[in-house]
Amino acid sequence: MAALHIQSLKKAFGGLPAINDVSLKVEEGERRLIIGPNGAGKTTLFNLVTGDLRCDSGNIFLFDHEITRKATHRRVHLGLARTYQIITLFPKDTLEHNIALSLLGLSRDRWNAFGRNRPPEEAKGILARVGLEHLAQRPVSEVAYGEKRRLEIAMALAQKPRVLLLDEPLAGLSREERGAVKQLIAGIPRETTVVMIEHDMDTALDMAERITVLHYGRVIVEGTRAEVVADPKTREVYLGH
Amino acid sequence: MKHKSWLLLLILLVLLPLGYGEYYVNLASQILIFAVFASSINLLLGYGGLPTLGHAAYLGVAAYLSALVALKLGMGHLAAAPAALIGTTLMAAAFGLIALRATGLGFLMLTLALSQVLWGTALRWVSMTDGDNGLRGLARPAPFGINLDGATAFYYFCLVITVIAIAFMARFVASPFGAALKGTRDQSRRMSALGHDVWMIRWLTFIYAGFWGAVSGLLFVYYHKYIHPVSLSLANSAEGLLAVIAGGSGTLAGPLVGAAIVMLLKNYVSGYVERWNMLLGFVFVVIVVFMPEGVVPGVQRLWRRFISRA
Repeated sequence: MAALHIQSLKKAFGGLPAINDVSLKVEEGERRLIIGPNGAGKTTLFNLVTGDLRCDSGNIFLFDHEITRKATHRRVHLGLARTYQIITLFPKDTLEHNIALSLLGLSRDRWNAFGRNRPPEEAKGILARVGLEHLAQRPVSEVAYGEKRRLEIAMALAQKPRVLLLDEPLAGLSREERGAVKQLIAGIPRETTVVMIEHDMDTALDMAERITVLHYGRVIVEGTRAEVVADPKTREVYLGH
Repeated sequence: MKHKSWLLLLILLVLLPLGYGEYYVNLASQILIFAVFASSINLLLGYGGLPTLGHAAYLGVAAYLSALVALKLGMGHLAAAPAALIGTTLMAAAFGLIALRATGLGFLMLTLALSQVLWGTALRWVSMTDGDNGLRGLARPAPFGINLDGATAFYYFCLVITVIAIAFMARFVASPFGAALKGTRDQSRRMSALGHDVWMIRWLTFIYAGFWGAVSGLLFVYYHKYIHPVSLSLANSAEGLLAVIAGGSGTLAGPLVGAAIVMLLKNYVSGYVERWNMLLGFVFVVIVVFMPEGVVPGVQRLWRRFISRA
């Protein structure tokens, strides 16, 4: 069964099609890379999958659940997690609290309005896994960009998602930070299917098994790494010929 | 340290009637009632990031319901108080469905519109509310046979209810639900992406704030033994909002301090200065200029700076 199955998805903004009849099938455990130039519709595709945007037509399945019209938080409870292109965290709160909010999202305790809120035991361990344990009590606004990026991924992983969407996880990072994040992504267990967007083809090529090239809201090329790199259409999109 | 200052405040409040006369005790009662009202606004504004300009609706409706059950149905407080609380809370649930179609300025306008409907109704439905004359001839309850007609007895009654109310609201914001509420204030989109039902969190908070607004309304009508449409007015909602902002929104002590500032200006200073509203505006401007985050966080900040220099 496919972990994520998208059928002829369409979304237009004011008559301008951003996603134009996209179909996509990501198998369980797969590492899929979606690339394409600016404005190709990559982030829009993610927003449709997470429910931040509603599609005009088409269907989206997460394993055997149709999620096309489900609210965002319901999709999360079915095993979907994401990170944002522009880091979206709780800047005034500590790193530990950020992880706690992530764990709380799937916990029944989130409706508990009379008990005391304590940081969960697991939070420390989750931070340790991404090498941020020593910063647990620091507010997010005080840590470096690369650390924020790792925290955001840790928050998504804390929920043990079945499908994880990473929106340009390497963007804006220095070479060293990039290495750390790449290592982190490579260490994600196979129970989690990973779909990753990258703008720059070369940075992320080695992390994917299958690659989808998106251009003007359409799938131009799809296949294994070697197939996509060899395809002249890929070069056309990137070199503009 | 934090617990100690709350305990100290409580002891001072308990001892207050020993040192001051009836006038000041009554003033203190009014501050407590207004503090409960402001704290319930703070749940929405300070912790939920939802600016309400219609919270007088809950204070006023609870007061009117309690008065009407007593006057029109001839029932005692044992029936009137639960009827007022339940009725007002249900109304908050219904109003929340409408107001939470929006956030920010849209939410503000919707809450204002809803409360203005009630204000207009109270003013015009003369056969029921006696319009601009207000409803008079009300009595204070006598819980466990204790007569509350005296200023001191009523003050202690207010103090008990206020302590319970603040304790419940403090627990609420310190709970896991409260953490989620603050999350929706800071990053609502991220909260949905973490599996939190942002709308439901806001709606439940709206209802909870409505309930505590209703509690303040009961105390209000018990204190005055009279209710007038002005309690439902925009001015009353705005004063509550002002108290929260002046004291420090998103802090527990802020609305208490804000309520004290507004009530002292309104009741005490107005005896000496005719245009007390102007003075309130002036005080508010001074607070916003020097402590834009409110008096409580502002004083804490200045105190820390003073300590680090010394």
